[in-house]
Amino acid sequence: MTPVVQLRDVEVTRSGRRVLDGVSLEIGEGEFTGLIGSNGAGKTTLLKTVLGLLTPEAGEVTIGGRPLSRRDRLVGYVPQSIHLDPDMPLRARDLVGLGLDGHRLGVPRRSAARTRAVTGALAAVGAEGFADSRVGRLSGGEQQRVMIAHALVGHPRLLVLDEPLANLDISSTNEVVAVLGRVCREQGVAVLISAHDMNPLLPYMDRIAYMADGRVASGPTDEVVRSEVLTRLYRHPVEVLRAQGRVLVVSGG
Amino acid sequence: MSFFASGPVHTALIVGALVAVVSGPVGVFTVIRGQSFAGHALADTGTTGGSGAFLVNVNPLYGFVALNLIAAAVMEALGVRRARGRDVATGIVLGAALGLSALFLDLETRSSTTGATITVLFGSIFTLDPGTVPFVAVTAGVAVAVMAVLYRPLLLSSVSPELAAARGLPAGVVSAGYLLALALAVSLSAVTIGAILSTALLVGPAATALRLTRRPGAAVLAAAGIGTAATWAGVALSYESYYWPPYQQGWPVSFFVVFVVLAAYLAATAATAGRKGRR
Repeated sequence: MTPVVQLRDVEVTRSGRRVLDGVSLEIGEGEFTGLIGSNGAGKTTLLKTVLGLLTPEAGEVTIGGRPLSRRDRLVGYVPQSIHLDPDMPLRARDLVGLGLDGHRLGVPRRSAARTRAVTGALAAVGAEGFADSRVGRLSGGEQQRVMIAHALVGHPRLLVLDEPLANLDISSTNEVVAVLGRVCREQGVAVLISAHDMNPLLPYMDRIAYMADGRVASGPTDEVVRSEVLTRLYRHPVEVLRAQGRVLVVSGG
Repeated sequence: MSFFASGPVHTALIVGALVAVVSGPVGVFTVIRGQSFAGHALADTGTTGGSGAFLVNVNPLYGFVALNLIAAAVMEALGVRRARGRDVATGIVLGAALGLSALFLDLETRSSTTGATITVLFGSIFTLDPGTVPFVAVTAGVAVAVMAVLYRPLLLSSVSPELAAARGLPAGVVSAGYLLALALAVSLSAVTIGAILSTALLVGPAATALRLTRRPGAAVLAAAGIGTAATWAGVALSYESYYWPPYQQGWPVSFFVVFVVLAAYLAATAATAGRKGRR
């Protein structure tokens, strides 16, 4: 089967620095992939390349087997940290509607199909209860769920989320990850989510793409998160510790 | 002569409504995009155009529009798109423009007694030439059309510029379109209540509308309505104040408009204060 996304030996340089250094990655239909790495590892750059916001100097990116085009509606996007004014006159429902036709000119027109799509997306992330609240007044976790509905409403085959768990407390984190896991399973949409901590994602993750210094090691979680694999990736000895189902990657001797 | 039979009152009511209907939608986006400062800067650069026009005996309205369009273009070129570059770029344009206005107004008041300073800075809606109404209407129409066409992309990019970019929206075109509408709105507002106060008509009704509704479309309409009500009330009160002390002189329209806008904002804030818990 054609993978939803395929990157082959992708190189991206930003302000003189090689941020992606020969990255290859494949995401299959309906797969949940965690993109894990510390700040500055190149996660955001990789996501922006998948979205077509950055053009690689070398290598190839295909979405659904075709070369990437920027307007590709096969990909839904949740950008990093959105700060919305609490007074902004925009209900959760309006924001999800923009996911459907926000790129079109003119004012939105009400239609039964539009309302049905918006309601469906809100239900998929369990946001019916605050659908009519101002987005800026929702909690961080609720905002992320609305953003997921916004990305989901156009029926993409891949959801790309840039650090959606940053600044969330523990219960909101689990809530958002559970919503993503459910959406991935029930709607068969592939998920590519970046995070600096893999632990909240472990129950849902089919594959991991571990990132360090612009390079990626990817595969099933158990095969990648091993001392020798990550030592090779970091080019520095690291050790993987496991305790009570949690994983800790530490610098080794 | 009665209020509704007066020619200048007719012109003032028509122009006031046109200006408010433009300022409402533009103001809502100015508030949610956090660009009130850009609006204020345009108002200040507009004074250069207004005062310069006075000096060469041209209707200040044309001066406001011309200079604001140039200023908006310069601001866009200097990088208004970058959040951090925005303040610096705007500040540089601003200082130069106000310096020029000082020079023009000084030269003008030396040679004549047309009241240029008051007109440019604080507005002149009662002395508007009825012949400028078509120009005002066309300018207002262009600004409203730009806002209507860019409505959804503007809303999306106000939530997140990155989101808009990922959807293939050209950030430059959207932001330039908004700045064009802002420049026109500020110019029209400057003729009505003066360059210095024009942001009050831009931001005040919009901020009031934001308290009253959480729907974007409703906020735009409410801001237009509140602005129209405020300018009309201002015109009526100013006309009425002819009979107030000091008799036979009248109080300025600008004062009443800005005062009504403030009162509306405070009333809306008080009315919605009890709903703080509600989202």
